[in-house]
Amino acid sequence: MSIDTETARKVAKLARIRVEDDALPALAQEFNAILGFIEQLNEVNVEGVEPMTSVTPQRLKRRDDVVTDGHQQYKVLANAPDAREGFFAVPKVVE
Amino acid sequence: MTELTKLTIAAARDALKKGDVTSAELTQACLTAIDGADALNAFVHKTPEVAVAQAKSADDRGYADAPGLQGIPLGIKDLFCTKGVASQAASRILEGFRPEYESTVTSQLFDRGAVMLGKLNMDEFAMGSSNETSVYGDAVNPWRVDENLTPGGSSGGSAAAVAADLCLGATGTDTGGSIRQPAAFTGITGVKPTYGRVSRWGIVAFASSLDQAGPMTKDVRDAAIMLEAMCGHDPKDSTSADLPVPDFEAMLTGDIKGKTIGIPAEYRMDGMPDAIERLWSEGAEMLKDAGAKIVDISLPHTKYALPAYYVIAPAEASSNLARYDGVRFGHRAKLEQGDGITEMYEKTRAEGFGHEVQRRVMVGTYVLSAGFYDAYYNRARKVRALIKQDFDAVFEGGVDAILTPATPSAAFPLGAMADTDPIQMYLNDVFTVTVNLAGLPGVAVPTGQDAQGLPLGLQLIGRPWEEGDLLNVAYSLERAAGFVGKPAKWW
Repeated sequence: MSIDTETARKVAKLARIRVEDDALPALAQEFNAILGFIEQLNEVNVEGVEPMTSVTPQRLKRRDDVVTDGHQQYKVLANAPDAREGFFAVPKVVE
Repeated sequence: MTELTKLTIAAARDALKKGDVTSAELTQACLTAIDGADALNAFVHKTPEVAVAQAKSADDRGYADAPGLQGIPLGIKDLFCTKGVASQAASRILEGFRPEYESTVTSQLFDRGAVMLGKLNMDEFAMGSSNETSVYGDAVNPWRVDENLTPGGSSGGSAAAVAADLCLGATGTDTGGSIRQPAAFTGITGVKPTYGRVSRWGIVAFASSLDQAGPMTKDVRDAAIMLEAMCGHDPKDSTSADLPVPDFEAMLTGDIKGKTIGIPAEYRMDGMPDAIERLWSEGAEMLKDAGAKIVDISLPHTKYALPAYYVIAPAEASSNLARYDGVRFGHRAKLEQGDGITEMYEKTRAEGFGHEVQRRVMVGTYVLSAGFYDAYYNRARKVRALIKQDFDAVFEGGVDAILTPATPSAAFPLGAMADTDPIQMYLNDVFTVTVNLAGLPGVAVPTGQDAQGLPLGLQLIGRPWEEGDLLNVAYSLERAAGFVGKPAKWW
């Protein structure tokens, strides 16, 4: 599997990272080096092996379905680059 | 006064108890050492006000029935959220971020009386093996041969600070070797606990199924003391194990008679330096002399650990780092007229993430994308299952611990890897990454020096949840090796 400039552009878009056009060929090349390394995994016989979901066999703990937290609006917004009137503010989303 | 910073945690604890020294004195000695060590770029956010207040409070409470860390000055990796104190994972995207909460690990350390000296340098989002991807610039190894060397990474600042006696111990985190490799590069001890031993709550996430925090200390006893304080069940981390935490220090008897130590054939790499080869066989010899049985073992899927890691870790990172969007915290790019929310995301992340982080997020995005998920991500998770089965089989066969080199080389010069492809840097973690994939505890212990005088370490890998036994084997190895090397002060 080889990644071309167009695929690199698509991946950058999916990852929401702006990559300038002139940087795409080098990026594609880096992806190819890494994916080439990863291709080794194709040598392994994985037939009948379940993909690992949890490294230690454990059942997630349960607790009562009750509110345990809240009333921290100020703290939640304290680090926002732009917070107004108790909300996170972002550029216009809907025309 | 400067001699105070050279104390181990255990020695300082005893001196505090006897009243030979106060935490205020210890803390001031460390703060002075830190101010004189800017050339190492280890402490990137100094917190002298916090430290002095915590030290005073420790002294005021007295040491009669004090917990083991009361009054002990520590450094904290920048990956830990510390309330009101900059916590930015060495990334520009978290510039200005001051958490409104305290990570579980630092809460536990403070509850036990520890003193925070400041935040420590690291690779950005813990992605790197040389501390060269940090927004703060490189951390520098106090060990030096003609030029500046890397302290390793990602916990490079932690390693440099402990090795240079700027603090008595430090927290680190380890996703693929980020505690053990820098510990080996700087001649200190570093422990990655069993996955689930230490709460991940409040630690900036990199790859959640692999990340574990652990101690970085001057010796194995200190690691046992600090590890105990960091461990324990936390309802705020759903993967945190509800198991009792033993008194790890009390388990350091040095008696390993009858223990079986495995030597894995697959860790003998082509082109491994003679010094590492020798260190490894000498280490096995020492454990044998101490009464352990040495057996050859096989971990057949070792070779596939790094490629599996470089699918799984970037995949998880791409998901975890999606939260850095310029909305809730940290950096937001300046926008131009007409820019919408997508432009805001894209520009913010391009400006905020460094090159290596961008690369890994995009690789992760790719391996999770429609059409490639099975070929890459699911296959890697299957290989991960096989790697864990390799270890399970060896432990079921009666092996108590596994001895391997910690790193494939000694510390290398800063900048040495700048022009190589990323894979060369990734190979640094070849001996450590298997342990994260299998969720096991591992410890790096300094046991020798190379021809240039640089420290080298060995790694011991233990059974899940048996950190106490593992540390006891490490303690025995430490005593036999008698490593006492210290870097000559040049900074």
